[in-house]
Amino acid sequence: MNQEVSIMDEKFENLTIQSAREKLSAGTISSVELTEYYLERIKELNPKLNAFISVFEDLARKDAKDSDERRKNKQTLSALDGIPLAIKDNMLIKGKRTTAASKILDNFIAPYDATVISKLKSAGAVILGKTNLDEFAMGSSTENSAYGVSKNPFDTSRVSGGSSGGSAAAVSSDLCIAALGSDTGGSIRQPASFCGVTGFKPTYGQVSRYGLIAMASSLDQIGPITKTAEDAATLYNIIVGYDEKDATSIKSEIRSTPLGMQSETNSKFEIQNIRIGIPKEYFGEGIDSEVKKVIEDAIDEFKKQGAQIIDINLPNSKYAVSCYYIIMPVEVASNLSRYDGVRYGYSANSEQQTANSLLENYLLSRAHGFGAEAKRRIMLGTYASQKGYADKFYHKAQKVRTLIKKDFDEAFQKVDFILGPTAPEIAFKIGEKTSDPLRMYLSDVYTIAVNLAGLPAISIPAGLANDLPVGLQIIGPQFSDELILNIAQEYQKGQDELPRAKI
Amino acid sequence: MKIQKDEVEHIAELARIKLNDQEKEKYAEELSAILDYVEELEKAPTDEIKTIDQITDLKNIARQDEVVASLTNDDVLLNAPEKQDGFIKVRQILE
Repeated sequence: MNQEVSIMDEKFENLTIQSAREKLSAGTISSVELTEYYLERIKELNPKLNAFISVFEDLARKDAKDSDERRKNKQTLSALDGIPLAIKDNMLIKGKRTTAASKILDNFIAPYDATVISKLKSAGAVILGKTNLDEFAMGSSTENSAYGVSKNPFDTSRVSGGSSGGSAAAVSSDLCIAALGSDTGGSIRQPASFCGVTGFKPTYGQVSRYGLIAMASSLDQIGPITKTAEDAATLYNIIVGYDEKDATSIKSEIRSTPLGMQSETNSKFEIQNIRIGIPKEYFGEGIDSEVKKVIEDAIDEFKKQGAQIIDINLPNSKYAVSCYYIIMPVEVASNLSRYDGVRYGYSANSEQQTANSLLENYLLSRAHGFGAEAKRRIMLGTYASQKGYADKFYHKAQKVRTLIKKDFDEAFQKVDFILGPTAPEIAFKIGEKTSDPLRMYLSDVYTIAVNLAGLPAISIPAGLANDLPVGLQIIGPQFSDELILNIAQEYQKGQDELPRAKI
Repeated sequence: MKIQKDEVEHIAELARIKLNDQEKEKYAEELSAILDYVEELEKAPTDEIKTIDQITDLKNIARQDEVVASLTNDDVLLNAPEKQDGFIKVRQILE
């Protein structure tokens, strides 16, 4: 069957989950045609952008066909039925290659589905392929990927952000309708900010981590990267939920009304009723002046619509980066110890350099399989948790984490949401920060504290600075996920359409 | 905080990662710079503060001790670099 679809065909361009659903329901388009549109676009543009590591042409076509069949028989499964999505390559899809953008998993075929993937399959979604990331989700640019950097669709000499850069670039350049990413210190929000799309990190525990390749288990969360907050809410509603296979998963009975909310407990929040906290610490030095202006204008918009703007302090936010870069590497060192060339992954034994002993196999498999950033963080974590140093570094950092959470708890007694820039800058040039690891770490200065405190946060496009996207971050108390998604949607309703990437 | 090359050697050994001389020097420099930065935590006011062990206050999450279907042998062996007779093959552990 000849399914030649012109990629210039307007009815497929820049669809959201919402608009695609309407067209699928009306019969204006079919899932097969829509999927073909994306597959063709990926073929044409991925060589330039490097957003995808793997593309599942046959599987996507089959899933699309099944979806159309279901629709014909009035058996549509969900809002996502027939919708083409991209998945960050650190989530397992059974029978498919999953690399975590690392040489050590270059040949790894997932033996089971991540819970989020099972949910997407049950919803009838079409999975186009796996997107690029920094190796094991460690990085802020995808420059740490074993498969090359993902380029920013607004300016291909710049990074797409990280670690979910591939997903953000794919959504931004319309290579998929929406995507999943993961966020440990800002890895959904910062690339969303850099690429001019929406990225949501749920409260820790809302979305199952089963089948997500673990980076830092007390910080990781999966979340949607989408063209609109409305789509983020749709995708979030499919993936959220208690999972007994994830011991850190939250049961819905525990998800109570967030503390400190002054309005009544219905899920529709209007901007005129809310109190917004602006932390002075987020607007000090370190933020680019053009970015600051865009954010201030966005906050003004909230003010115009009647929100109360209140200055708040987060006095321990200055310790967030240090706290994170001790706790996270300690957890990384533990989580990455499983890559030992024995049960799966790169093994020095079976490659050219034969290891003479079990120990040699460990030493060489990991030496050759891991990239520099992975090694750096494993060693940092090993150091910071050693006997003699653990008190000074790791236990101290765990106490500072308490301070950081307390700051937020106290702030949310006075305000409903906290607003600020997602990142201190626009997307930087490829290669600009690679010689100085510490400089790269500071890209996450506004996002990191959110993971440490286990809070939900969204980054939504707020405007452009020097023709590059700037993201506004909205942070809420634990379990205020739906409220954040609502407020973001309210804001976007009143927002003028922002320029898209011309790719 | 200055990390010397021999300390990097020790850490790399604990982490089971083989490094060459050049890498040991490079990581010594980079880790020193990072540890220098994170040492600022010493100034944080944590006297009387308890550690956060779990951000959502979950404790002792367990399941029933029941045997349920899991991965098949084929699934498990799918990615094994070396296998034999339905087992994963490893180098000798005991002398």
